[in-house]
Amino acid sequence: MTNIPETGRTPRVQIRLVVIQILVLSLLGTLGGRLWYLQIREGASYQKEASGNHVQQVVQPAVRGSILDARGVPLADNETRLVVSASRTDLLKMKDDGKAVLTKLAKVLGMKPEEVMQKVRLCDAKTPQPCWNGSPYQPIPITDEATPRQALQIRERSEDFPGITAEPEAVRRYPAPGKSNTAQVLGYLSPVTDDEIQQAKDTDSPYLRSDQVGRSGLEREYDKELRGKAGVTRYEVDNLGRVIGKAKSDAAEPGSNLVTSIDSRVQRIAEYELNTAMKKAREQYDKITGENYKADSGAVVVMEAKTGRIVAMASAPTYDPNVWVGGISAKDYKKLTGKDSDYPLLNRAIQGQSAPGSTFKVVSTAAAVEAGYVWDGGYPCTSSYSVGGQVFKNFEGENFGPISLGRALEVSCDTVFYGLADREWKKDGGINPKKGEPKDYFYKAAHQFGLGKETGVDLPNEVTGRVPDRQWKEAYWKANKAVWCKTGKKDGSYVEKIAYENCLEGNKMREGDSINYSIGQGDTLVTPIQEAMIYGALANGGTEYVPTIGKAIVSADGKTVKEIKPQVKAKLPVSQATLKGMDKALAGVITSGTAAWKFQGWPQDKITLHAKTGTAEVYGKQTTSWLATYSKDYTVVMTIAQAGTGSGASGEAVRGIYSALYGVQADGSIDKKKALLPTPQKGLPKVKTDGTIDSPKVSKDPVKDLQKAEEQGATAPDETQPGATTASPTATNRNTRRRPRRRGSRRMLT
Amino acid sequence: MTGANSFSVSGYGPERAGWTRIFARDSLARRLDWPILLAALALSLIGSVLVYSATRNRTEINQGDQYYFLIRHLMNTGIGFALMVGTVWLGHRTLRNVVPVLYGISLLGVLMVLTPLGATINGSRNWIVLGGGFSLQPAEFVKVSIILGMAMILAARVDAGDRPYPDHRTVLQALGLAAVPILIVLLMPDLGTVLAMVAIILGVLLASGASNRWIFGLLAAGVLGCVAIWQLHILDEYQINRFAAFANPDLDPAGVGYNTNQARIAIGSGGLTGAGLFHGSQTTGQFVPEQQTDFVFTVAGEELGFLGAGLIIVLLGVLLWRACRIARETTELYGTIVAAGIVAWFAFQSFENIGMTLGIMPVTGLPLPFVSYGGSSMFAVWVAVGLLQSIRVQRPMSA
Repeated sequence: MTNIPETGRTPRVQIRLVVIQILVLSLLGTLGGRLWYLQIREGASYQKEASGNHVQQVVQPAVRGSILDARGVPLADNETRLVVSASRTDLLKMKDDGKAVLTKLAKVLGMKPEEVMQKVRLCDAKTPQPCWNGSPYQPIPITDEATPRQALQIRERSEDFPGITAEPEAVRRYPAPGKSNTAQVLGYLSPVTDDEIQQAKDTDSPYLRSDQVGRSGLEREYDKELRGKAGVTRYEVDNLGRVIGKAKSDAAEPGSNLVTSIDSRVQRIAEYELNTAMKKAREQYDKITGENYKADSGAVVVMEAKTGRIVAMASAPTYDPNVWVGGISAKDYKKLTGKDSDYPLLNRAIQGQSAPGSTFKVVSTAAAVEAGYVWDGGYPCTSSYSVGGQVFKNFEGENFGPISLGRALEVSCDTVFYGLADREWKKDGGINPKKGEPKDYFYKAAHQFGLGKETGVDLPNEVTGRVPDRQWKEAYWKANKAVWCKTGKKDGSYVEKIAYENCLEGNKMREGDSINYSIGQGDTLVTPIQEAMIYGALANGGTEYVPTIGKAIVSADGKTVKEIKPQVKAKLPVSQATLKGMDKALAGVITSGTAAWKFQGWPQDKITLHAKTGTAEVYGKQTTSWLATYSKDYTVVMTIAQAGTGSGASGEAVRGIYSALYGVQADGSIDKKKALLPTPQKGLPKVKTDGTIDSPKVSKDPVKDLQKAEEQGATAPDETQPGATTASPTATNRNTRRRPRRRGSRRMLT
Repeated sequence: MTGANSFSVSGYGPERAGWTRIFARDSLARRLDWPILLAALALSLIGSVLVYSATRNRTEINQGDQYYFLIRHLMNTGIGFALMVGTVWLGHRTLRNVVPVLYGISLLGVLMVLTPLGATINGSRNWIVLGGGFSLQPAEFVKVSIILGMAMILAARVDAGDRPYPDHRTVLQALGLAAVPILIVLLMPDLGTVLAMVAIILGVLLASGASNRWIFGLLAAGVLGCVAIWQLHILDEYQINRFAAFANPDLDPAGVGYNTNQARIAIGSGGLTGAGLFHGSQTTGQFVPEQQTDFVFTVAGEELGFLGAGLIIVLLGVLLWRACRIARETTELYGTIVAAGIVAWFAFQSFENIGMTLGIMPVTGLPLPFVSYGGSSMFAVWVAVGLLQSIRVQRPMSA
């Protein structure tokens, strides 16, 4: 084949043929090179792209766990509701951004068109509620209260309602068993925001776009446990989204149930008593301000003294947590957070703080013992205590002569504590303390009792309260010096004078500061939960427990139970002997002290109660009432702002709570059958493997039950009991700041 | 010159046993170009598997029978093979005499496409639906008749020994012959086929020894023509978009760039050895449109990987290499031109088809020879193989 004989072909053709051959081969070489580049060099990235291409995720949201009370009664659970939602992406595809469809929808649902449109707009800095603050790609719920008829109308005419769906969905419900509300403790849910999704992306519990997130209370504190894990099934799909195979699937893990130590019945009683006490306080006349008490807010905590577990926690004013379900309306939101609202979202048991008044004297007593003052020493209880021209009066000017520390606590003698605090202040060097640490026994004790910092209760956003020690004064002065020095005038009004003084020496611990501090007035702030922790420790022999509401986390199938054990926070800096003395003194408050007029007929020999009343002055407002009490097993602390004295405002209410717990009748007899919780609840409710919960039946309203029993049992002691007029022995009552109420028939609900 | 009648075995001498005769030194079987035949067969069979993989789940087009396309592809291969045998039997020289008839018939075919008998698929009116699930693309056969027709005109006087090269007049005649069907195809409009035909003309003119002026003139005309087409909006919007998407598929990944993107993802995800036959998720998920025809190479890329897809390129390379040798070694210019025309056709179509799936060529609707599903294309390429074999068989055995 070497020679090319007698062909018509010439070298030109021959050369061109070779050129063609080379060209063809180089073209194929190009293809091969490109193939290598795509498949070998870049192969990995294309593989990734390919897998993203044909995998679709289908999310099955996990059912949120229930919040149960100590007996298994659900405080928060889920119900199936017909939810009508709108897809924003679909609506925006329409010419009028879906206005026509939404208007039509509003008509079917019986809502105002504006209301529907507001619900689907996105929240931003300028848009007030209602608005959607979840993901814009998530269907936005418009109502979760659609009737089956409305849902059918929407689904049957789906061509008229593009982008609108009506599906049954599991929706959070706060069933309020036995009329207990528990709103602030439970908290609420709202849709997850894009920011949160981003933040939680790489954690072990990432959010889904459809997730609802706990925003406050237990819903927030235990959000991770309650939420569970959404199931994600990854389907391989073809170009039209048809499923051609199942790639991977993680089954949904339903959220765990949270068993709390709350007892819904006691909770109801506590709420009812708090509310009633506030209502009654508003009927009382305040001589100082010349008008009725405002009693605008209050809180009550019922705690197991030996574990720190919360049996009931109520805050007033309150609200219905169900307003949050399915998106809150503009009106409701304004009511809850607006300027004119009374901020019912606040849990005042952990977020309300005020001066403790005389309830603080247990701390001062402990501090005095620590500082070396003998328990049984004779401390002068004079009618007033003068320091450099300033006169600190004993309440209503009583004079008991020299008394022991215990007696001083029992009769709440201010001047005894004035004297002790003043002596310590002088020992520490007075206004210009000695070099080296001043001892500051009274302030140290407060810190040792756990004041000035969070108790660590398992609820979010607890406030710290305040111990106005030297450090705080220094910091506070630095922060406010400029304003004080600007507004202060030597001979101005009261406020201006104070500012002037503060400007000069606000950073120093003045004599008057220490004296005021010793009886819980001045700048000291405490929360009801702190008080409960302190008085609980007094009840159990000196151990402070971290207050807890969560008792156990039980998986949805009941198989795994993670108990939340009581946690010791601190030991009180008090010897057993001192404790015994305080115990005795505080029992005396019930029998013959400031609270005696409210606890007449109480079976003290069988159920020994201890109490300390307090009345805290608030500048520009009526006084805050405190009543801190404990029995062997429980601590009950109630406070009501602008309501006068502790015993006057809360005495009956707290007695009512104890009566319900122990089954004490109006006549002082004890009916164990009617006792709601004579000893703290032990054990946990059982969650069955199918997720149902063994829980007792809850009556419609425990308060009514008790009242009914009362009517049958005791024959009208209500009318015969003349209340304060006869029951208030002036001798024991004098230490409360306000005159006891004149009338006020003793409520016999207990 | 024994080549002319060595085809029919002479009657003298003792009759040899069947198989010995076939493999006798001067027998037909010994003179066939086996690499081309085997490569073409291998490509067709690989094609049938790829077509099957691409269509077994496409219920909307396979009439519920997952083997629908597989069977038809194999049938087409069989018919194509028979056409090749027939072509070899007739011989390209015999065909030379009937070229005007063939040309006339194919021209009629493309004209019919423009009548109401034609059907528009994917924006191009280049189909004749015959009914019963059969349809024809006459443009495929036009490629063969252009090659044969031009070769006839260009080689006539050279092979007669009158001149060393075709003169200008002859070249002009040959171009005129090609221009008629090209213009018709341009009206369809089927850009891919037009480009393939231009490539064929270039190959034919190169091999004919026509003056360099013609070659460069044609190239220049081609460039000018492209500019003119662009400027005069002869092309439809979608065709221009295809070009835009080729340049930047990310511009419109859901629209025009979709094909390109998905094709590239399919091939890229194949890696060295591929996902395995019938295991390609891009193929199973039907993300690549027209995967059994124009984008069949993506199936190979995804499921067989670099090795499988590379094999297809190698097989095409073997085929083209042998075809080039046939063009170089045949004795008459006619055979040379025909072979070169076929080389240009196959090479261009392979490069364009595979190149567009790899994202280095714009998307046009050209089938991959032997591999893509489609009867007309299959028949035409097998006829071309027959022509190559015939040229090889009929050239004198040297040595």
